[in-house]
Amino acid sequence: MEFKDYYKIMGVARDATQDEIKRAYRKLARKYHPDVSKEKNAEARFKEVGEAYEVLKDAEKRAAYDQLGANWQQGQEFRPPPDWNTGFEFSGGGFTGGGAEGFSDFFESLFGRGGFGGGRAGGFGAQGGGFGGGAFSTHGEDRHARVQIELEDSYRGATRSITLRVPEFDAQGRVTTREHTLNVTIPKGIRAGQHLRLAGQGSAGVGQGKAGDLYLEVEFAPHRLYRVEDRDVYLDLPIAPWEAALGALVKVPTPSGTVEMKVPPGSTAGRKMRLKGRGIPSATPGDFYVVLQIAVPQPTSAAERALYEKLAAEFRAFNPRDKLGV
Amino acid sequence: MANDDTRSQLTGVILEEQVELTLAEISRSCAVHAEYIIELVDEGVLAPVGREPRGWRFSGGQVRRASMALRLQRDLGVNLAGVALALELLDELNAVRARLNAIAGK
Repeated sequence: MEFKDYYKIMGVARDATQDEIKRAYRKLARKYHPDVSKEKNAEARFKEVGEAYEVLKDAEKRAAYDQLGANWQQGQEFRPPPDWNTGFEFSGGGFTGGGAEGFSDFFESLFGRGGFGGGRAGGFGAQGGGFGGGAFSTHGEDRHARVQIELEDSYRGATRSITLRVPEFDAQGRVTTREHTLNVTIPKGIRAGQHLRLAGQGSAGVGQGKAGDLYLEVEFAPHRLYRVEDRDVYLDLPIAPWEAALGALVKVPTPSGTVEMKVPPGSTAGRKMRLKGRGIPSATPGDFYVVLQIAVPQPTSAAERALYEKLAAEFRAFNPRDKLGV
Repeated sequence: MANDDTRSQLTGVILEEQVELTLAEISRSCAVHAEYIIELVDEGVLAPVGREPRGWRFSGGQVRRASMALRLQRDLGVNLAGVALALELLDELNAVRARLNAIAGK
């Protein structure tokens, strides 16, 4: 297993005071908190920082950790010394923060495990995690996962096969991973950021406890053509300069099929046209917005160049930069 | 790694639209005392429909909001007013991000 340099992770010196450690933790926790952060690997970093703080904030654990010596490097192959743990008493119940189940093997080899009840795919924080023990019953934990669907799936509804990796504890208490594949119906009208609740598909309950639920957070795969804001869908539609100037009837692709739209004469680039109710379906469906863009054909022949030159001559008085005062 | 093949067709409900919870249900779902949920309502973090706590109905999305508040308080050491402010700013930030994405495709 890899050695974890908790001081390096927290960005503090080995002789940092408890106040310095606390300040460093608060700052990193705000930066990487998965509910707040958009940093890459925020969740992994947050766990790592939480684990480091769990050790360094506690005088007993910090002293034990320091006893390993200062020569270990972050990531170095590590095995606890044979006499490890003699003279230190870890009461087992000493885990204050949540999420002890997410701590590393390195942590567990030194300080033991803080209680079982992992099993949250990509989840964090302690919530109803049962501590192992006698004959008591508790609800299984809810599990959380993300699922990426196509925008078109929301217009029509769809079936998706979803594979989750489920951590489980075997009879010896070791963690194994099992793949669990589910066929899930994606309801029509679901939007990015919404959650699909699948009752009873979370972790199994303990004793008589019911199984938890599985929550799937929906996100749309980036689309080649469309952008989505809540229920509304946007499309950039290129039109020819003469279509913009003279008006035209143009074909517009939408997720529910091609439609015809009237471009009014004198349209300018960036003009937004609304196709009411053609956004994501719902009791109050979203709208579909077409944002006009003007595509300029490149002259390739002498005849085409002559046409542009004629246009320039006819529109001599036209100054596209009039409003800029030049 | 084993692979079990329980491939029955599952149909879920959309948490934000098709689920309503009572005070007792949302408390159980977040594994907190009802008093904590009441505090969140008093602070304006959660907005149930109905007048008395006994008649409150929370939309499904509020479960996530409550657990988020709980995690922020526990992990960042902010008080309830700070949590309320953080959640409001996050709502705003997310709306701005969605807007930016719709306009610029970024």
